[in-house]
Amino acid sequence: MSSNYLDIIRPGINTTFQDKGRDHLYHIGIPFSGAMDNRNYLIANKLVNNNLESAVIEFAYQGPHIKYSGEKINIAITGDVFFSIKKKDTEIEGNCYQSYQIEDGDEINIISTNKSVYGYLALGGELDLKFQWNSCSINTKANIGSNDGKKLDVGQRINIKKINSNKDIKKTNYINTKIENIRVIKGTNFDYFSEEGKKIFYEREFTVSKLSDRMGMRLEGPKIDNIVNTNIKSEGLIKGVIQVPADGNPIIMLSDHGTIGGYPKIGVVASVDYDRLVQMSPGSKTKFKEINLSDAETLFKLYEMETQNLLSQI
Amino acid sequence: MIKNISNLGDAAVYCDFGNEVNKTINSKVIKYFKTIKKNNIEGINNLTPSYNKLIISFDLNKTSFKEVKNYIENIDPEDSQNINSKKLEIPVCCDENFSMDIKRLEEILKLSKEKILEKFFNKEYFCYMTGFIAGMPFLGDLDENMRAQRLETPRVKVPKGSVALTEQFANIYTFESPGGWNILGNTPLDVFDSSKEDKPNLINPGDTVIFKEITLDQYKNYNEQ
Repeated sequence: MSSNYLDIIRPGINTTFQDKGRDHLYHIGIPFSGAMDNRNYLIANKLVNNNLESAVIEFAYQGPHIKYSGEKINIAITGDVFFSIKKKDTEIEGNCYQSYQIEDGDEINIISTNKSVYGYLALGGELDLKFQWNSCSINTKANIGSNDGKKLDVGQRINIKKINSNKDIKKTNYINTKIENIRVIKGTNFDYFSEEGKKIFYEREFTVSKLSDRMGMRLEGPKIDNIVNTNIKSEGLIKGVIQVPADGNPIIMLSDHGTIGGYPKIGVVASVDYDRLVQMSPGSKTKFKEINLSDAETLFKLYEMETQNLLSQI
Repeated sequence: MIKNISNLGDAAVYCDFGNEVNKTINSKVIKYFKTIKKNNIEGINNLTPSYNKLIISFDLNKTSFKEVKNYIENIDPEDSQNINSKKLEIPVCCDENFSMDIKRLEEILKLSKEKILEKFFNKEYFCYMTGFIAGMPFLGDLDENMRAQRLETPRVKVPKGSVALTEQFANIYTFESPGGWNILGNTPLDVFDSSKEDKPNLINPGDTVIFKEITLDQYKNYNEQ
């Protein structure tokens, strides 16, 4: 029996445990999963002195309301998130990107993300979770991972196996940046689309649809016309692939995507933009901008260096 | 053997083996897949073989398109010895509660239920690939006169174990999922089991499958034996 635990008073809309995800499984139909916004996931862990690959609680839009019981522990929230911490006789409005020490009976109420989608709650210690294929990441479609592969539910208790002895309070001044354009590399079926369709893809504005989740992001805009075939023989997918089905609206594959698909691939989101892509909330307007492979590689290296710098300063 | 190697985004290599779907091309894909998997190359984090393509995803922090492409161009998949494929029998019950699209199939194929089942069972099918949902096998080829298109409107929920047809392929829904294939029957076998981490899939690319018809009673008793 663990004496340190969390009770879920309100689970939030789509609250799951996530870590770095699982690889080497596409061929049997299992996607990466893992934290959607990798940079914010890593920062959350660093702020509470965790191993960077530790499990965190990921939430989308409305987050969970949690009551803590046990010895003192540090917590940190990253993203662009409104939350409060309720202590015995006071309630404080929380700030992202700094750690707080909480104690027996304290409550964390994550009200919502602000003009973004995902936020992360890290606890300074180790959650008692089941691992499948070296990851506790929950994939709710295949019911894989911790918590029987299901999102967190009201009334459930999460045990904490170990609390970090290093309880230094940490803070960073990071501010989430947004992307106006999604940078993409031309897809393998780019020539399936009419000249007009290609122009629309790169020049017109698209709106992020409400029908977006951890599997994929749908966009709405002018129809991208296909002149070859609206289906291809089913083949592999990776995260970031932009498929255009017969209705002409692009769908971007995200971390829990199906591993095989049969719609033409017009483009692939450059890795540098993935963390910020997933944070675009429904209703956001965006454009696609073409870049070449070598620029995409350089931009990603710079982004990764920036992430490492941010982490080393915490 | 690979017709064209290109990049899929900045973190994957797209190997194109041709446009046709047949066992010869697919066997080449599977040979490459197995060779690369066995060699366990630093940085490569996923392989997705399909009918006639192989996608190799990698960690852009560890390697690059150029490096992986160069590696692919210099391997000899012929060197990989036994492909190690299995032959499996899959029991399927086509009781009316399970064969949800039999009426539709009878109309499209212009064959009676008896004739459809006769053509479907006791015949060898080749597993081209697994995926879309975890463990789902894509098996082929169905007889020329057994080929039907997907449903116009996919079902929101296809029951677990459903055995379904589309075009030249049969598949098995390993868990409840949305889907648009024509459902012919249901198997009591667990085709995907996530608790078996070393081999969650019953059927793997390159395997041969024979469907065997069982009665409703046999179906009900299947997991109690």
